[in-house]
Amino acid sequence: MGIFQRFARIPLKSTYIWSLCRQYSTDLTAVDRALIQHRCVHNRGLGASPGNPGAAPPRLPFSRVTQEDLAFFRTLLPGRTITDPDLLKSSNVDWLKTVEVCPQGGNTGLVGGSVPVFDEIILSTSLMKQVITFDNISGILTCQAGCVLENLSNYLEERDFIMPLDLGAKGSCHIGGNVSTNAGGLRLLRYGSLRGTVLGLEVVLADGRILNCLATLRKDNTGYDLKQLFIGSEGTLGVITAVSILCPRKPKAVNVAFLGCSSFQQLLETFQCCRGMLGEILSAFEFLDASCMSLLEKHLKLTNPITESPFYIVIETAGSNATHDEEKLHKFLEEVMTSSLVTDGTVATEATKIKALWSLRERVTEALTHEGYTYKYDISLPVEKIYDLVQDMRGHLGDMAKNVVGYGHVGDGNLHLNITSPSKDPALLAAIEPYVYEWTSKWKGSISAEHGLGLKKRNYIYYSKPSEAVALMGSIKAMLDPKGILNPYKTLPDNIH
Amino acid sequence: MSARVLVGVKRVIDYAVKIRVKPDRTGVVTDGVKHSMNPFCEIAVEEAVKLKEKKLVKEVVAVSCGPQQVQETIRTALAMGADRGIHVEVSGKDYETLGPLQVSKILAALAKKEQADLIILGKQAIDDDCNQTGQMTAALLDWPQRSPEDGTFASEVNIEADKLKVVREIDGGLETIKINLPAVVTADLRLNTPRYATLPNIMKAKKKKIANVKPADLGVDVSSRLEVLKVDEPPQRQAGVKVETVHDLVGKLKEAGRI
Repeated sequence: MGIFQRFARIPLKSTYIWSLCRQYSTDLTAVDRALIQHRCVHNRGLGASPGNPGAAPPRLPFSRVTQEDLAFFRTLLPGRTITDPDLLKSSNVDWLKTVEVCPQGGNTGLVGGSVPVFDEIILSTSLMKQVITFDNISGILTCQAGCVLENLSNYLEERDFIMPLDLGAKGSCHIGGNVSTNAGGLRLLRYGSLRGTVLGLEVVLADGRILNCLATLRKDNTGYDLKQLFIGSEGTLGVITAVSILCPRKPKAVNVAFLGCSSFQQLLETFQCCRGMLGEILSAFEFLDASCMSLLEKHLKLTNPITESPFYIVIETAGSNATHDEEKLHKFLEEVMTSSLVTDGTVATEATKIKALWSLRERVTEALTHEGYTYKYDISLPVEKIYDLVQDMRGHLGDMAKNVVGYGHVGDGNLHLNITSPSKDPALLAAIEPYVYEWTSKWKGSISAEHGLGLKKRNYIYYSKPSEAVALMGSIKAMLDPKGILNPYKTLPDNIH
Repeated sequence: MSARVLVGVKRVIDYAVKIRVKPDRTGVVTDGVKHSMNPFCEIAVEEAVKLKEKKLVKEVVAVSCGPQQVQETIRTALAMGADRGIHVEVSGKDYETLGPLQVSKILAALAKKEQADLIILGKQAIDDDCNQTGQMTAALLDWPQRSPEDGTFASEVNIEADKLKVVREIDGGLETIKINLPAVVTADLRLNTPRYATLPNIMKAKKKKIANVKPADLGVDVSSRLEVLKVDEPPQRQAGVKVETVHDLVGKLKEAGRI
């Protein structure tokens, strides 16, 4: 069947898709590369069951992708379709009725939001990696969605600025993905979330329309702020293709202190003292517990720089004057040492030592992978309750779990609870869930502080949001994506009630 | 044991900083650039402090030559466990031209004045990579000089009776050397892992003494016989070319006459 015949059968909306590709085809490096991937559906679609709400649901009645579609893509995007038989199988149905799409950036998400469930077409942003503009007076950066976060950081650092967010996955994650998941990270305490720092977005909607809200204005109160809908929507309301973001100046002086506390209560008091004495220069306040430290020592051969303690804190200060900051930091350290809030600690001002101290916090995730299978929970709770959850889980799981560790952005009230077992254990999973979510819900916390819902946690949304809110989310989704082709099976629960 | 150890520490541009050449090509940019203790010197301090912890030496004295800022470097050594510091004031033009010969003269003079039994230095500094100060100091004092590392794996340094016992790994096994004290030892990278200065020690270090001394007081002339004519960056790497397909690659190779 010829291309034009196909187009003749299709309703008007397809021309939007054609024009979308046209726009980008003038600049080949900016064209999305369509990866056509057919997945074997036989083992999937067992459905989310009461005992396993995170599993994939049955496949919705979408069309499947064909050879003709392949030929279509080959003509449209020469040299950019992948048809390696090892990766792909073909199938035989016309595509343009409703084929679903899974936008994918760096694929570093932790809830299965960036991976197709069945045979959704992966829309990869990896070729959209140009910086469009950077204004070094206002600090506003405009770039395409496929720019890797670390590359943007390097670009900005040469110009004396930094990105307002930083996370462990910086070497692989794309800024488009960061925005569509409202990523948090290590600097949220200082610079706020992406909801504040993103100034504008360019989004492609489900029907192919391009929504250009790529403003570079700090203040703009003209109408509803549409970009907030797309930030954190995990690719279900639109595909983000460009971002404009406000970047802070690179701090002249960065110091890192690594402290040990003998109880969580003292850790919290240290935090209060820190806020009081270091307030304006504080840029990160992270914690890890003794179990994390022993895993780092065991698997990654890192050394503990101070004496063993039940809790460890990483404090980072960033300011414009090294002498002033050191004075503030030393006063603070003297205070917490003499009042015995902190039992031991060390400070670093040099880049190599700073990296070494940060790696003690940043590489915990890596150390955990060596323990077997990890069950990861990203919970927001009132700050005083954070470690109670870890201790409660330890008691509740007893010998079933090999390790129960807690670490995270305690300054933001965000705990990363991780439980390991030598291999995947359904009995352990059943003991953890929904207990952990019920516990969180009881204290009005969030069952997913920064990781999002994706595939794995979509059905738990009701633990943290009331049904009216979820119903409204469903209406918005139906309005923006009536055919449900954008990242289906993600974020919103299977049954909205 | 009443031995006294002198440890030399040098303030250098931090290892992780990107070095830039000054526009007038007389040197590298040092203003506003992060400085820290030379990594080899850290290892020297660590070794000295270890000897003190083993009760083989009584006192560890940290020495640095340079302007006011080197006091920070001496404080770091004090925070790691040195007992007191000596700041040899050298600034301005003299500091810019200060090299291994002058420093070794200063160290030799100080060793005599402080009646040191052992000098531990870093094998080389990461800014000039000279690897000369240890050897020159030993020669000026007519003391034996040894690098326990010498490019092979980490070893031990011990003091037995009046001799320095050094064990090092060599291809065939372990080699044990005894050298007479007083001696100069230069530390290489794998000798030990320097400790982090912990807060209680950082607080204590603030109270430890740093004495000020001028080279003239030691009878040392710091004028240099060397003149730096020019400093340049290494030649820039040529950018490569990326191609989209194998066809393009073959085409480009043919163009370049490679195939």
